[in-house]
Amino acid sequence: MLEMILFASIKVVVVVAAVLTGCAYSTLLERKVVGHMQHRMGPNTAGPYGLLTPLADGLKLIFKEEIKPANIEPITYMLAPMISFVPAILTFAVIPFGKDNTFFGHDFTLVLSDLNVGVLFVFAVTSLGIYGIVLAGWSSGSKYSIMGAVRSSAQMISYEVGYGLSIVGVLIIANTLSLRELVELQMLPLWGTVSFLPNWFIFSQPLGFILFLTCAIAETNRAPFDMPEAESELVAGYHTEYSSMKFSMFFIAEYANMIAVSAVGATIFLGGWHGPFLDTMPMLSVLYFVLKVFCFMFFYIWLRATFPRFRYDQLMAFGWKVLFPLALLNTIVTAFFVIL
Amino acid sequence: MNLDFIIFIVSALLAVSGATLMITLKNPVLAVMSMIVSLVAQAVLYIQLSALFLGAVLIIVYSGAIMVLFLFVIMLLNLRGTEDLGEPSSPIKLSIKFIFGLILFVETVFIIKTGFMPGTVEVGVMAEAANGFGSVKEVSKLLFTKYLYPFELTSVLLLAAIVGAVVMSKRDDDSEDENKIEDNKEVQS
Repeated sequence: MLEMILFASIKVVVVVAAVLTGCAYSTLLERKVVGHMQHRMGPNTAGPYGLLTPLADGLKLIFKEEIKPANIEPITYMLAPMISFVPAILTFAVIPFGKDNTFFGHDFTLVLSDLNVGVLFVFAVTSLGIYGIVLAGWSSGSKYSIMGAVRSSAQMISYEVGYGLSIVGVLIIANTLSLRELVELQMLPLWGTVSFLPNWFIFSQPLGFILFLTCAIAETNRAPFDMPEAESELVAGYHTEYSSMKFSMFFIAEYANMIAVSAVGATIFLGGWHGPFLDTMPMLSVLYFVLKVFCFMFFYIWLRATFPRFRYDQLMAFGWKVLFPLALLNTIVTAFFVIL
Repeated sequence: MNLDFIIFIVSALLAVSGATLMITLKNPVLAVMSMIVSLVAQAVLYIQLSALFLGAVLIIVYSGAIMVLFLFVIMLLNLRGTEDLGEPSSPIKLSIKFIFGLILFVETVFIIKTGFMPGTVEVGVMAEAANGFGSVKEVSKLLFTKYLYPFELTSVLLLAAIVGAVVMSKRDDDSEDENKIEDNKEVQS
């Protein structure tokens, strides 16, 4: 019993630390990649290639003066950054990030908790993430903040429908809600016949994958769907009135959400930790997983450097009139084929 | 004093206190937040009764969608708990309410004790109930066989509500209220 608790605690600490480090370095990655895409150098003064920039940023944010506006709602103002941060981290509780292993004679599963309704857990947690933004906007007592919050609540609710429906196709094919079983299914040869390709669901559900990606970007409030913080209209949207560590918690939460959604996408559509040579070197699986998540993150940043922001009414129309019907169609067609 | 019992006590306390705070707090946003706390605690209770699916759906639908809409409306109206809510109820009214509440409570306890649930219910963290009871498979099996007609009728009812909302919010000059439509679509999903 004690050993189990110890093992679980170590895993939790390692995963959380890895995610937080990932968040910190995602900011650097973003600035670097966007910099090069715009023909600039990006940050390059702190450390070699600017590698210590996230550390410097973090220190700066901690030591910054915290300014509290006069007409805030104190309780919710303080709670909001935490509420936006916690669900982002919670998602990692069910994501399998590597093949099961044996360390020092102990069986070691590389997943924090193997729920048999893992997918539902992910969606339940994701749906709670919105409260941070909404409460932040409401409690700040500022026009820009409340506009950002109103926008984000409408946007996230609308895109959550598409987000949920986009993976229903996969669930119909896989006939399971466990993320571990989803990964195991994707290790088989494609459609049971094509031996040189894995059965990744991106091949059987291409439309579902595109829908998932689009909705995921909207769910995490990233460009081109970053309406809640559209700086050209709303200054900084919901976190206009935040400063110092509270601001940085929103920042970390945004990146943690991106990583979480990327991890879910990699697990559901790209085979999770699956890759070649796993029989001889099981630890490669973690590397494959991180690589896949990295691909998603790069795609996020690439999009941000490429597309201008949507107009708000276009965003809503796109969500309800394009993504939602497409997701429904995808579900119906998939169900039809599965019954056949 | 095992782990299950501690989890039950904590989540039951959270559920009850959240519900109490919801009806006593003046500030509408805080009231919504305490209702969310209550709902999440209830989800934990469901999960303890091995109804994993119900617990997850409770969070996804109620905490994740419907309560967000409540918040949305509160923000649009910009309620801050300083509004005049009229006179507080008189002591006589209050005591009548209290008595009826008490009667309801006693009735509920009586019914649970005698009628509906004979025998004990296995409570445990993710306890596997007999025959996969509460799992997604079993719930959907019931929904699509025994309760097919009620289930489908409910969806028709929701559809009617959506159509009604769209018709009512549609103005003569064809500039429909987008928010209204979206709000109600969410109810179905």
